[in-house]
Amino acid sequence: MPHLTRPRPGALAWLLLSACCALPLSAQSTTIAFKGARIIPVVGAEIPSGTVLVQDGKIIAVGANVSIPANAQVVDATGKVIMPGIVDTHSHIGGGAGGDRSDPIQGDVRIIDAIDPKDDGIQRAQSGGITTANIMPGSGHLMSGQTAYVKLRDVNRVEDLLVCRDLMTEICGGMKMANGTNPRGQPPFPGTRGKAAALVREQFVKAQEYRRKIQAAGSDSTKRPERNLEMEALVEVLDGRRTVHFHTHRADDILTVLRLRQEFGFKLVLQHVTEGWQVASEIAAAGVPTSVIVIDAPGGKLETVGLQMNNARILDSAGVLVGFHTDDGITDSRWFLRSAALGIRAGLSRETALRAMTINGAKMLDLDRRIGSLEVGKDADLIILSGDPFSVYTHVEQTWVDGKKVFDLSDPRDALYARGGYDSIRDGIYEVHADMEDHN
Amino acid sequence: MRASMLPGLNSANLARKREIAKAREMDFCGLKAGSLLTGTPTLFARLRALVFSREVRGALLIATLALLPTGPLAAQLAIKGETVYTMAGRPIQNGVVLIGRDGKIEKVGTASEVRIPNGVRVIQGKVVTPGLIDAHSTVGLSGYLNQPHDQDQLETTGPIQPELRAVDAYNPHEYLVGYVRQFGVTTLHTGHGPGALASGQTIVVKTRGNSVQAATIDTLAMVAMTLGPDVSSAFKSPGTSAKSVAMLRQEFIKAQEYARKVAAAKADAPVARDLKLETLAAMLRGEVPALITAHRSIDILDALRLQREFGFKLVLDGASEAYLVIPEIKAANVPVILHPTMMRTGGSTRNAAVTTAKLLIDAGIPVALQSGYEGYVPKTRIVLWEAGMAAGYGLTLEQALGTITTTAARILGIQDRVGSLERGKDGDVAVFDGDPFEFTTHVCAVAIQGEVVSEACH
Repeated sequence: MPHLTRPRPGALAWLLLSACCALPLSAQSTTIAFKGARIIPVVGAEIPSGTVLVQDGKIIAVGANVSIPANAQVVDATGKVIMPGIVDTHSHIGGGAGGDRSDPIQGDVRIIDAIDPKDDGIQRAQSGGITTANIMPGSGHLMSGQTAYVKLRDVNRVEDLLVCRDLMTEICGGMKMANGTNPRGQPPFPGTRGKAAALVREQFVKAQEYRRKIQAAGSDSTKRPERNLEMEALVEVLDGRRTVHFHTHRADDILTVLRLRQEFGFKLVLQHVTEGWQVASEIAAAGVPTSVIVIDAPGGKLETVGLQMNNARILDSAGVLVGFHTDDGITDSRWFLRSAALGIRAGLSRETALRAMTINGAKMLDLDRRIGSLEVGKDADLIILSGDPFSVYTHVEQTWVDGKKVFDLSDPRDALYARGGYDSIRDGIYEVHADMEDHN
Repeated sequence: MRASMLPGLNSANLARKREIAKAREMDFCGLKAGSLLTGTPTLFARLRALVFSREVRGALLIATLALLPTGPLAAQLAIKGETVYTMAGRPIQNGVVLIGRDGKIEKVGTASEVRIPNGVRVIQGKVVTPGLIDAHSTVGLSGYLNQPHDQDQLETTGPIQPELRAVDAYNPHEYLVGYVRQFGVTTLHTGHGPGALASGQTIVVKTRGNSVQAATIDTLAMVAMTLGPDVSSAFKSPGTSAKSVAMLRQEFIKAQEYARKVAAAKADAPVARDLKLETLAAMLRGEVPALITAHRSIDILDALRLQREFGFKLVLDGASEAYLVIPEIKAANVPVILHPTMMRTGGSTRNAAVTTAKLLIDAGIPVALQSGYEGYVPKTRIVLWEAGMAAGYGLTLEQALGTITTTAARILGIQDRVGSLERGKDGDVAVFDGDPFEFTTHVCAVAIQGEVVSEACH
């Protein structure tokens, strides 16, 4: 178990001083050295034993021979493995729901307004080493709302989870869409695939009109159309500034998504892509990235009977950018590394598996300049593992976001989120689980 | 774990098997239905044996014999492993499992001890284990399409229907049967699922066979029951836990009365048969264990209380909060078929922990792992991976293997046939290219009774 060396007295005084004077956190210069670990930077070669140096939430050095400043807080990770924090490109943690049953297309709805930063799902995901997630509304709509790109920080306000800085001026997520069986239903929901595509097309055409009117108005605000929040979001989609995350399973449904994209030119990530292995060359030709779900068995619904463990391998071989996702609670964030491991079992290269869990996901969220690898200048999002990332015997021991520790397996309370039973603390089980310490 | 460590079930189950075997030898053709109802244990066993008629069995036997060569049985398959976990003693390095033409294991030992006859097919692997046992599943009843026509695990017309037989619903051609088999699962305890106070009966099958008859090795394994809030979600009544227990208690008392009347009835005035009460009476007599799915600690304690009151043989199932009531479970001497380690948590399973298998086993409670019932995706889990997670969270490799081999076999009362690689047991074997529990290890061959049923690495 790695341990933190005590802060030097001077540093402690500085911490106290800054706390009492309510200085913004960025005003303190905190340097942390993670030393002794096998480092998997994902971008760049593995370092058998090295140091990651972090200052004020950013990585300032990675290497075998990094000199550790005297004032640095040292995390001894000797014998451990350090890799970038995991990126989950499709999750439902936070307890939120998006659109309601009033309409199949609700592009104005924002999942951010429904996420509880104190939801246990966030702590469970931290225990699984996830540091960044694309939290989405569900798949029961053609368009169920705007997604949120979040960092799994320990915060009270949902705004403080967001990767972006200003919700009012920046685009802080994508747009969730779905086809296939999930969005079907009684009117106004579509009853057939043809109708589903028609409804989406109609809405995008409206958005094109809306955009044309805005462009025609130019700087003359009196000529602008009335504000329409859904249209505004769809214009962001049409402009390629808001990525569409499209839930789709069957091969024909995947190709329908590619046709819609060709017609309207939006930026796209294919989500689930259960039968992607059947149309891998078409996906590759379109240059569209895919986020694959790994489920223990096919079926459970008609459009997932074609699920194969080698989906990621086939897509990767075809030249498609591949990531994975939890779809939490469909699969459990705590064991997300297992998804990539099962991909390796079915032939995916270890290198691609590592990228799929980190930098590839970051690319899909347009965050690869900030996260997804251990490189100088990137956010200090990293995890400390007890062993190889893809072994069943390996546990996530620590999770760090922006240079702050958000999960520590040696803390009995955190351990409960990793193992389960956290809601039975009130029954006095806390001690029982603490007994498991020797199995970390 | 030695057989004596498993309380209650072993001797009773073995006795039950003997009864069935004896009953099968008897001529049922002349028996009238009424004569089955004298209420003695052996006659219920006869009833159980009648699920498949003697004629069918006879025909199968003749067909099998026709395929066999004359003369002494000879080996048909040899499986070699760098490490062979026999689960009956220490692992054997460079071991060989020799399986005869009767599908039974002839010999197990080191390569130098076991001579492989010329011409016998040889399969090799890094690690060899007994065929895996899924101690509780609904595969074969709960189909992978998840459409109304392939969902037979839960009848919701009434909360207490123990007379529903799994043999009338098990589909050996279900896709998931073959799917779990390729991951080493050779034996399934399957049948009516959780969700009703008594949802029906369960069976034990091998994951091969063209018919339920060919697949089944126990036609009535347990009576599946459920306590807790999950029952109320499927029925108008019971609506509360207290009502659930009250309804069961009333039904059990009815079954006791029924059994008493049947036993006291004169031959010329038999009591009208009641299939529901007949099944419950057999359960209350201890001939068929009650498999009670109970997740919250209060539901587990309700199950233990019912067991104390009526004296049936209890197998706890699910048991998410078992770690809260370890002393009580231990004192009641009941085994646990624990929830899948990676089960979704929520509702009654909210407090499930991946460490529970370890905590229970450390306390001396027999634990088998299960794939359980899944209502959505994945439509089934794979016990190999569920046990792997238990190994990742504290169990030794052999303890974790035990939850899906030996201990599972003992809880199911089939330890005389499966669960370990020993002479005379079924030639059910799984072959791996590494540590069986590693995510990246493959199952590269599976044999059931000496027949290779899966060969590619999965």
